[in-house]
Amino acid sequence: MSEVKYSKEHEWIKLDGEEATIGITKHATEMLGDIVFAELPEKGSHVDKDGTAGVVESTKAASDVYTPVSGEVIDTNQMIVDDPSKINEDPEESAWFFKLKIKDKSEMDSLMNKEEYEKFAKETSA
Amino acid sequence: MSIKKTSLNNLHIKYGAKLVEFAGYQMPIQYKYGIIQEHKYTRSHSGIFDVSHMGQLFISGGDDLTNELEKIFPADLKKLKTNQSKYSFLMNNKGGIQDDLIITKTSDGFLIILNAACKYNDYEVIKSKLDNQYKLNLDESLSLIALQGPEAKNVLNKVILGCDSLKFMNGNNYVYKNEKVYITRSGYTGEDGFEISIKNSDAETFVESLIENGSKLIGLGARDTLRMEAGLCLYGNDLDNDTSPIEANLKWAIPKSRIETEFVGSEVLKNQFQSGVKKLRVGIKPDSKVIARGNTKIYNDKNQEIGKVTSGTFGPSVEHPIAMGYVDNSYSTVNTKIFLEVRGKKIPANICNLPFYKKNYVKGEINV
Repeated sequence: MSEVKYSKEHEWIKLDGEEATIGITKHATEMLGDIVFAELPEKGSHVDKDGTAGVVESTKAASDVYTPVSGEVIDTNQMIVDDPSKINEDPEESAWFFKLKIKDKSEMDSLMNKEEYEKFAKETSA
Repeated sequence: MSIKKTSLNNLHIKYGAKLVEFAGYQMPIQYKYGIIQEHKYTRSHSGIFDVSHMGQLFISGGDDLTNELEKIFPADLKKLKTNQSKYSFLMNNKGGIQDDLIITKTSDGFLIILNAACKYNDYEVIKSKLDNQYKLNLDESLSLIALQGPEAKNVLNKVILGCDSLKFMNGNNYVYKNEKVYITRSGYTGEDGFEISIKNSDAETFVESLIENGSKLIGLGARDTLRMEAGLCLYGNDLDNDTSPIEANLKWAIPKSRIETEFVGSEVLKNQFQSGVKKLRVGIKPDSKVIARGNTKIYNDKNQEIGKVTSGTFGPSVEHPIAMGYVDNSYSTVNTKIFLEVRGKKIPANICNLPFYKKNYVKGEINV
């Protein structure tokens, strides 16, 4: 069974063995508004926990995308680069950003579960 | 200083606005549909914009108001007919723009529409240049509502009969609920449209009746993408105290009849007319999907810095990133290859013509 966790930077991460899929939350897309541009990390590159691993831009502004855990980028989602509006439509499923091969599962420990994240998102957007 | 609210604040909340502070006012950045939908609705139907934060300055009195104002503004006010409007500037002695504005000749003087962030300063500057016989009234008992888009004339005509006969950059008095309203045919979206000056207490019911007739409230976010597609300047981004109207590529707004005459900043403008300018505002189209925002540095193909972007976004109607900015004049020719530094990378782009989106203003009574 896969485990989904959430970061304070509004990314979600789904872990399947050593493979993690990462995207931004529905709450993040609602704050950003219409997304019109997405930039993803290079396949094969290494990203560090809490470091930048992409960019999304709405009509209003650019925002960095952070990775909640460290690892090697093994796949990126070209669909969202070709049509960034997909991120608004389906942020937590088909519009994932990148997949990582992770080394240290314990980096997941500091992240929030769904319930904790929903509380966090509600408090911080109030 | 506490944050101000316009007379439409309750309506913004009712229609699901996301409110932000802008120039000291609580203003809607977008409603529930989002910027892209709001932008497209304005282009295809009509959109209502609360621009009540802008200044409505009435100047009247005195024997020689037109001459006195021509010493301040580089517009040909003597030729202006009653109810006719002109785009102009309040400049400093260096020829820099303190504000860009619309001057309309009224039956007893002039009405000047000022940018929200500049209005109190403008008032002081203009007052200091006129003697006491002239009366200035920055009227905050009035709201200002813009209605823009191809259906604007039909929607407005259902609420206020007869306003569809106005010509572009002309205004007139009308009556709404037994109160006087002043309507001009103008706007900031590249679409046909109107700006309605109305008593604060009537603003809400007036806007509700526009909504009932098929229009929708549109936020400042879409107002910004619409004006950028139309190639129009935003004061503070594209225009400032260190930029002249000539550098801003707004030479068309300085009538030839005024070039040899005196007004604030006229020496500098005259010089620039004769010997040209070093920097010029241009349209910029990135080759890729990357968006270059304000303050993005611009380079030539030899990696030398040649200017900077002042506004940039994704254009929802042109479906491409768009920008405008200032470049060294030798790079201002259309189709010149330039490079934009975005997140450390040099993104290729081209100088292009403005506007990005073709205008649909009404001239005379024929829709062009």
